[in-house]
Formats: sequence, C-alpha cells, structure tokens
Amino acid sequence: MTDAAAAALRPFRVLPRVTAANEHFWTGGADGELRILTCRGCGYRIHPPAPVCPRCLGREVAPEALSGRGVVHTFTVNCQPWYPHLDPPYVVAIVALEEQDDLRLTTNLVDVDPDDVRIGMPVEVVFEPYDDVWLPLFRPSARPA
Amino acid sequence: MSPESLERRAVISGVGQSQVGRRLYRDPLALTIDACLAAVDHAGLTLADIDGLSTYPGNMDQPPGFSGVGVTEVHDALRLELDWFAGGLELPGQLGSVVNAAAAVATGLATHVLCFRTVWEASAQGDAGRASVTPGGGGTYKASGFLQWTLPFGAPSAANWIAMMAQRHFHEFGTTREQLAQIALNARRNAARNPNAVYRDPMTLEDYLSVRMISTPLCLYDCDAPADGSTAVIVSRADTAADRPRPPVRIEAVGTALRGRPSWDQFDDLTTMAVRDAAAMLWERTELSAADVDVAELYDGFSFITLAWLEALGFCGKGEGGPFVEGGDRIALDGPLPLNTNGGQLSGGRLHGYGLLHEACVQLWGEAGDRQVPGQPEVAVAAAGGGPLAACLLLTT
Ligand SMILES: [Zn+2]
Repeated sequence: MTDAAAAALRPFRVLPRVTAANEHFWTGGADGELRILTCRGCGYRIHPPAPVCPRCLGREVAPEALSGRGVVHTFTVNCQPWYPHLDPPYVVAIVALEEQDDLRLTTNLVDVDPDDVRIGMPVEVVFEPYDDVWLPLFRPSARPA
Repeated sequence: MSPESLERRAVISGVGQSQVGRRLYRDPLALTIDACLAAVDHAGLTLADIDGLSTYPGNMDQPPGFSGVGVTEVHDALRLELDWFAGGLELPGQLGSVVNAAAAVATGLATHVLCFRTVWEASAQGDAGRASVTPGGGGTYKASGFLQWTLPFGAPSAANWIAMMAQRHFHEFGTTREQLAQIALNARRNAARNPNAVYRDPMTLEDYLSVRMISTPLCLYDCDAPADGSTAVIVSRADTAADRPRPPVRIEAVGTALRGRPSWDQFDDLTTMAVRDAAAMLWERTELSAADVDVAELYDGFSFITLAWLEALGFCGKGEGGPFVEGGDRIALDGPLPLNTNGGQLSGGRLHGYGLLHEACVQLWGEAGDRQVPGQPEVAVAAAGGGPLAACLLLTT
C-alpha cells in the first residue's frame, strides 16, 4: 500500500496546532517517546505544559520521556458520529500515567474490543503519525502498570 | 459562615422569557428583546431604570447558536444608559453572570441589572443535527488551548467528557443507568405540566433504556434538548424592593468556587468536578442547610450533572445520588425535594442554566401554574454548570 493510500484509510482527526510550548508532546512519538514537561528542581510533571512548576514555582522545566505506561482512569465508548470519516464506535479514555498520581491524558484506546475495556486496565502508549504530529494512543498492556 | 454575605444586598425583582421551542428560526436578538422587556415589565420597572447589563457567554460566532447576542447588541437595541456591564465566557458557569450582577448591585455599581442568556442552537443546527456544530469539522482548523487535548481523539463534545465522569461514578459507587434514568423521567413528567417545554410526551424507563447511546453510559435522553429561547432576570438592590409589584426573591448565598484544576480531564475528582466546590462555598455563606430547601433546580445539560449537584449540595451523601433518585419519588413534584420542576433542559429545552433560575423564582412567587410545588416553597436552589464550570444560588422568599 502506498503512503497516500494508507493515509486515505485513516480516520479523520482534528489535529493540534504545534507551538514551541507543546512541540515536545506532539512530536515525541517520532522517537517513540511520550514526553512530558518536567521540573528540574523537584521532578514534578507539568501537563498541560506551563513555564512554571506549580509545586515549587521553579522555572527550569524541560521535557522528559516517560515510560508510556498507565491505567484507564475512566472511559467512554463514543457512539455519536461527530465527524465525517470518523466512524463510531470508538473508545475515548482518560489514562492516568504511572509516573505521577495527577498526570492524565485524554486519548483513544486501540487494539481492544470496546466491550472489554475496564477502569483500572493497564495500558501502554502507541503513536499514530498524522502530518506533523504523533498522537499518543494507548493499547492494553500485558505488564501491570 | 462568612462574616457578611454581601450578596444579600441583591434581590431578583422580575423574570421574563421569550417563546421557547425547537427550531423557531427567529432572530436571536428579537427573542432576547422579548425576554428582556418581559422581565422589566414583570419587575414593575421601565427601561430607564435599568443601569446594568450582564450576560453569558457574550457575543461569539462559534459554535453556531451558542451565543450571537452579547451585551453590546442589547445595550444598543434598547438604547440603555448603563453604569455597569459585563459579558463573557470565563465565568463559573452560566449563572456566574447573575452572580456578577449581584456583586455589582451589592457594591453600588448599579441598581437594576438586566441579566440574560439567549440560545438558538436548534435553529443553528437546522436539520443537520449536532454534528453541524462540532468544532473543527474539516478545513485547515487546528486545535489549541484545552481542545487540543480532546479533539484529536474524536472527543469534541461535553457529552464525551461528562460521560467519562459518569462512568467513573458508576465504577466507584455502583450507580446504574436505571438510576440515572430517573433524572430524565422526572424531567419529562414535569415537562408535561409546562406548556413551554419542548418535549412533553410521556417517557417510560423502557423508552430510556432502548434509545440510542451517545457516549456510554449516556444515551440520547441523558442529553438536553437544543432549543431556541431567551431568558432574562432582573437583579436589583434590595433596598428598592418595597416599590416593586411582588415581594423580592432574596439571594441568601451564592457559590462560585473552583478549588481544583480548571480542566475537564485533570480535575482531581472526576465524579464531582467543580460542583463540589461551588456547593461547598454556598453553604459556607449561610446558616441555612440542604434540609431547608423546598425546591431544587439543578443543571441538567446532562442527567449526570444533576446527580452530581444533588450530592454536592448535600441532599444525599457523596456517591449516593443513584439510590437517592431511585424510583423517582423523592424528586417528584409532590415529593420531599421537587427537582427541575419545569422539565429542566432535558425536556424543557436547553436554556443554559437561566431557565432553571427562572423556574426557581417562579416557584417561589407561586406563579408556576399547573406545575406549582405545593405548600408555598420558601427556599430554592438554582445551580448551573458542570465539569470545571459551576455556580449556584440559594434563594428565599
Ligand atoms: Zn518543581
């Protein structure tokens, strides 16, 4: 299959506007890395990105690669056709990342039957490239998070 | 309780509403003027008395029908002479605009503030359904701000975000769809008594359980009904109340707090979000308690939000909303806590919080006709918002 043919088969997605502030997050997938802004002073993970650590008010913050593992904090099976070429049903989830209690991502669960999704299920990141971004999606993980 | 709850210097002196319906195809400013003039007349005032204007969310083009009428349009159309005005989106929910007005009145910036909210989403959607107002559907649009974290994942709607809150509540507390259904069934029963409600045909539990899902666990009947309509309320300085045709609805306390993160997915407790904080603040500002409330008008943009408000306001314990509404008797018009007595937004139409406030006032004035709560209610709570946006008002006769 050509790249163009593969692209035509992908579901429609609204893409994020990449800026200096969020580029690490949306392009880390090119290297297979889930990158989250991290405080150099105290190690706190800052998401969405901000130029200050909310815990210690440190200004030295830089992206770090995380494990990409987490658990399903909650989810929904979307059944409503919001966009042409994005066909329901699909699973939208909020995944809690293992590195920090209050660090979550809204995402899609893939490689899983919607009926089999459970809160607490361990998951791991997979990246789906679209134009200039790599969307972090999650699939069930064999390893406990 | 706070040393002094200055919102008590403000009262609601009148309310008004335009025609309400599914696709009216009427100019939203015309609907707004209808509501505003009705409210001014109801309060026994003239336009010359109005020196303040407040609205939510202010004028904005997107999504279609969400607004379209801001402070400026009403100000100019009615040639008002204003000492104070405010309209905007970054507020603690829709009723934040009424709290703003109360604050302006309490601080002497205005005497009579006309507050309004107009929606015309049903007409804006036309026959294309809600997909027509989904943000980012095509073209070169790219998401920024909060939407960048949800739109790429096909989750453009509050239906998805609230569904995930509900799913978490189901998981932690064992809440069921049959329980949640009672919010929708109660709304439909009450709508049957409200001639202005958009959906009045009887609904059964079987109807609810068999209708199509929108975003699990929320089905179509868990989502409010887009409507066209405008609602207005007049917030007046309490010391002007003696000159009005009817006794004022007093603002006993307000709650506007957001003590967690301002985010749909990062908020610490997804089973409550901001309604927890707004409700807590309300009770910090009064000696009244949940047991004193005679009628509750609690936001039902989605049925689950009403459940969250019931818990947050202390009508039942945290996580006990499901058992509380089970069977529907407690929340019925003739029950101990009549809820969403005009059919709410689920069956009455999505008037975005203001319809619920309007109904709370009408009930306290005893002007609710066929749906009047028996026994002359004296204390009402009106609450609007969900997710990270919430405000509530405790009202008394
Ligand atoms: Zn830090």
